[in-house]
Amino acid sequence: MSKAIEIDGVSKRFGTFVALNDVSMSIGDNEFFTLLGPSGCGKTTLLRMIAGFEGTTQGSIRLFGQDIAALEPNLRPVNTVFQNYALFPHMSVIDNVAFGLKMKGMDLPARRKRAGEMLEMVHLQDFAQRMPAQLSGGQQQRVALARALAPAPKVLLLDEPLSALDLKLRQAMRVELKTLQETTGITFIFVTHDQEEALTMSDRIAVMSAGQVQQIGTAQDIYEAPVNRFVADFIGETNLLAVEVAAVSGDVAEVVLPGGHRLRCAAAGLGRGAQTLSIRPERIGIVQADGDLTVLVERVIYLGTDLQVITRAPGGGSLTVRMQNAARIAVPQPGAQVGLQFEEGAARLLAG
Amino acid sequence: MAAILPQTDTAAVPGRVPFRLLWPTWLVIGAFLLLPVLVMAVYSFLTKEFRGGVIWQFSLAAYDQFFITRGLFGDEPAQIEWTYVTIFGRSIWQAFLATVICLVVGFPTAWFIATRPEKTRGLWLFMITIPYWVNLLIRTVSLKFLIRDNGPLNDALIGVGLIDSPMTLINTNGAVLLGLFYSYLPFMVLPIYAAVERYNFTLSEAAADLYASRWVILREIVVPVVRPGIVAGCILVFVPSLGAFLAPDLLGGAKTFMIGSLIEEQFKGTQGNWPFGSAVAMILMSLVLVVLVFYARAQSKRGRT
Repeated sequence: MSKAIEIDGVSKRFGTFVALNDVSMSIGDNEFFTLLGPSGCGKTTLLRMIAGFEGTTQGSIRLFGQDIAALEPNLRPVNTVFQNYALFPHMSVIDNVAFGLKMKGMDLPARRKRAGEMLEMVHLQDFAQRMPAQLSGGQQQRVALARALAPAPKVLLLDEPLSALDLKLRQAMRVELKTLQETTGITFIFVTHDQEEALTMSDRIAVMSAGQVQQIGTAQDIYEAPVNRFVADFIGETNLLAVEVAAVSGDVAEVVLPGGHRLRCAAAGLGRGAQTLSIRPERIGIVQADGDLTVLVERVIYLGTDLQVITRAPGGGSLTVRMQNAARIAVPQPGAQVGLQFEEGAARLLAG
Repeated sequence: MAAILPQTDTAAVPGRVPFRLLWPTWLVIGAFLLLPVLVMAVYSFLTKEFRGGVIWQFSLAAYDQFFITRGLFGDEPAQIEWTYVTIFGRSIWQAFLATVICLVVGFPTAWFIATRPEKTRGLWLFMITIPYWVNLLIRTVSLKFLIRDNGPLNDALIGVGLIDSPMTLINTNGAVLLGLFYSYLPFMVLPIYAAVERYNFTLSEAAADLYASRWVILREIVVPVVRPGIVAGCILVFVPSLGAFLAPDLLGGAKTFMIGSLIEEQFKGTQGNWPFGSAVAMILMSLVLVVLVFYARAQSKRGRT
């Protein structure tokens, strides 16, 4: 796989504030790559650096092997879909879409044709003569997408493009975006703070926090095998349990759970001593007999498809269990003592 | 509470004020805008009284005097009178130049202020307005002293070695222009500032992202988007410049006579001619209105591709 973008040891400081700290990653051609993290983690700064709106304090960014540090934004073969779309308010929809083509020197009939095709692609061919202010948020979003795709960029940057849309529209757009990326074959770099969005669309995800990359991997990698507490906690829901590592042999560690039960799990290169165990709520079963852990049921929350059972572990920590809302299950009652059974291999030992 | 508050249908529409609450506005507009214009219109059709004032007798003499000449003693065949048309032409040209200069200087100034951190913007605006706390007359007279032949400006230029002998600045069109520019610059800066402050700079980034160079961004995106501010600034500078009389009076000479001075003269002392002054003012106002109406028409009909 050829590399569309290589980011090498990039740092960015605004005064004393470190927005990005030694970030490196490489993004393949035709990849749907997502930068995921909470606000202020540096993901948007990184995107703006690729677009050329921010300079780097340190490090280099290469686009198909070419260092683009010295290039002005208008000379970079990348296009951006902005968070609030940034449609030109004084131009009609078709003029917005044709703007990049005009700047590239395409003649009027050719750019009309191309812009028309782009509008057809996003199902807005009937809105060509409208002004942006006459469109709904979802339609504006699609115009922004058509505008950014019209000049056929090598890389498309998307800065939280779905965050201003309502839930239904957001879900529909996720599928559309993914389809679009697959049919055009353009590399998409997608910035979001919404982990569900990231998991649904991405080929690979870079989880960022405090200006650093925490983990890069497929959706499955980062959900099933988070490398640290932050990733485990940020992606989906998890239970973090303070445990004692009693023994390590090769890749397998033996940990002591609160209450004394011993559990084997992947060591993840950690030594003995106090560590954190992460276990997803849906990977825990409630058993009546002895499980890995005996807990007190505190509260049962009805979520429709699921039931969320909040329990208290012997050490005082809280553990959440998700169980499917099936007809046959026995719903535990608050105040009851129940056993919890961890699914084989589901618990992960994490640093810290 | 509900019993005390008057309930009307229109009050339910947000942003709409019941008509009868607008009467103070109508009163002010009527008393201080419509009525004086009406008085002026009526006076322009009356007969002049020597030593100022009017005789209540219908006459077209004022308009006749403006457009037509019959020689010094009024006994020659009627010809077009160019004197006042020339003054109008000169005034329009001067006002146009003043507007252009204000725009060229005012736009970057407004841009600069609007792009400062929010905390310091107020200070910059304050600094722009400080000189205007001093009376316009005093400022214009000061300008006169600054630019006279042996004034500080010429002294400084000679001192620096840029020129050998004093430049004649006073009593020229340039001096009048300088006076107009200085008087009305804030009227250009403030509306443009307000427009630029609202400008979404992401639009510039989006344009750059779509391969537009800096100049193209300014021409294709920035100027069209902040256009209402630019237009407001231009109108606010052009219209008062057209009727200005302080700057041309104090800084100009006989060859820089402008409409404002012409009107002023008709109402000063006993030499005046009230109907003629009113007529000139009416013609000036009609001219400005025609320009504005054409502009508004052009705006609403603007075609798009």
